[in-house]
Amino acid sequence: MKSKLNFDSRLGICFIGIILVLTVISFFYTPYNIYSMNIAERFISPGGGHLLGTDNFGRDVFSRLMCGAKFTLLVAGSTVCIGTFFGVILGLCSGYFGGIADECIMRLIDALNSFPGILLALVMVTVLGKVKYSIIPALGILFIPSFTRIARSGTLQIKNSEFIGNARACGASPVRIMFVHILPNLYPSLLTAIVVGFSNATLAESSMSYLGLGIQPPTPSLGRMLFEAQAYLFNAPWVALAPGITIMVIVLGFNYLGDGIRAGYHLN
Amino acid sequence: MKYALQKVLTFILTLFLVSLLTFLAFNIIPGDPAQLILGTSASPEQLAVLHRQLGLDEPLPTRYLRWLTGFFSGNLGTSIQYSVSVRSLIAGRLPVTLVLAGMALLLIVVISIPVGVFCAKKKDTVVDKLLGTVTMINVSIPNFFLGILFIWLFGIILKCFTPGGYVDFTDDSKGFLTYLFFPALAVALPNIAVAVKFIRTSFIGQMKLDYVRTAYSKGNSDNAVLYRHVLKNALVPVVTLFGMILSEIFSGSIIIEQVFGIPGVGRLLINSILSRDFPLVESLVVYIACVVVIANLLVDILFQVIDPRIRIRSGQSS
Repeated sequence: MKSKLNFDSRLGICFIGIILVLTVISFFYTPYNIYSMNIAERFISPGGGHLLGTDNFGRDVFSRLMCGAKFTLLVAGSTVCIGTFFGVILGLCSGYFGGIADECIMRLIDALNSFPGILLALVMVTVLGKVKYSIIPALGILFIPSFTRIARSGTLQIKNSEFIGNARACGASPVRIMFVHILPNLYPSLLTAIVVGFSNATLAESSMSYLGLGIQPPTPSLGRMLFEAQAYLFNAPWVALAPGITIMVIVLGFNYLGDGIRAGYHLN
Repeated sequence: MKYALQKVLTFILTLFLVSLLTFLAFNIIPGDPAQLILGTSASPEQLAVLHRQLGLDEPLPTRYLRWLTGFFSGNLGTSIQYSVSVRSLIAGRLPVTLVLAGMALLLIVVISIPVGVFCAKKKDTVVDKLLGTVTMINVSIPNFFLGILFIWLFGIILKCFTPGGYVDFTDDSKGFLTYLFFPALAVALPNIAVAVKFIRTSFIGQMKLDYVRTAYSKGNSDNAVLYRHVLKNALVPVVTLFGMILSEIFSGSIIIEQVFGIPGVGRLLINSILSRDFPLVESLVVYIACVVVIANLLVDILFQVIDPRIRIRSGQSS
């Protein structure tokens, strides 16, 4: 266990930890109300009463950042869950049964994968319409192919091992073999994929909300804050820098953690 | 030959599935396109007439086939929002996006290969570790934030270009290319980071092989070995990466066009989504996906051309 907590993992955990603590605090307390506007206090520069200054409506940037990170992480988490759940089931079936099932599933996954990432999410958001959380299933579908691939290749590697043969000889059903015997062996590669998936989901979520297709205002989201701040880049660059750097810290944290875990398990 | 045939068949199947998925996605949504065009005050008779005109009264498979033949013959339907043919809309915007994507690809190739080789050469030194950190940060910056940073730094502070001052190619070709440089860089940088990491690993893997030792023992210098012997072998896996990067470039340019206000395909797509202009979105999505699939096929073929081993191996296995 000691070897798994290398420098990269620790750095990653630190970054994610900072953001997590801030978001947990935001459930109970924010320095200012995130919706209260005060035109007299617009574009106050960082420091003093407002830690990271105020935006064009005089709202406190730091408070909005705390809540924005919360929604970004919420969406990223649900997205990765959807991707992992469906991806693992499809990948296990595809790898274990092989033949025509494998062929069908993989062709479908290939087709899904040939849409450039954000494009698929855009299609889904258009199709689902402006439901409040339509962004979650839209991004979820985006992450199914990568998990399917990982689960499938892992299954292929171990499905001919002796212990699988033994299990089969004992009369274990395919479902039992897949979920009880194969799945635990995929743990290291899936864990890495989930962590890296988090960083990709955060990027995707912020891109979508930047484009105005994520969680709808006035609920703060990091991408939307960046979009709104872009117009005032000249007089108030900090309003744009703060959410941008926050997104970066989240993504960086997950990337470092992913690298650390990968090195810890000697993957690649 | 068999390998190529198999590739082409998979390619056609993928294109078919891509078009089918897109068509289904847009045709099972609740909501009536005719209603959308005419508004809520339309009478049932008007709706019925428009249904007939748009062919919405026919069964789904017939509509799909007609849409597909329309797609091949270049008849993509009419945009609801702009009331012009989708084809002319796309034709007007596509060149801008292609130039942007081309510039980004060029930047990726020109920057990532030397930097990747350099990192492999200086493996585990301070310079390598530093570049590794820079790479990591680059992978983690969302490209629209990178775009905004460029606007702030190069546009507002250093005044290298005017933010929002896009000029058309026909008006001022130099201004057009200068304006596209920073967006292209914003699209390219995260991909450069990925490519550098990949090239470095690939090079380090190759450097351990026997032929490298032989090349050194013949008295070649560091650079001669790296560029004349290792480069060719190490770039083979990199070619597959470039297939993926192509798709990332298109993803990236959809957003970056929005950041810099470039009237390309991506901006058209976002506008059509926001105004729920389904015929336009449908065609654009299939169009962009097709470009990516075709690019991937080309990469596959290129892969075969540069590495005869793959041709032989797949010939034996099938």
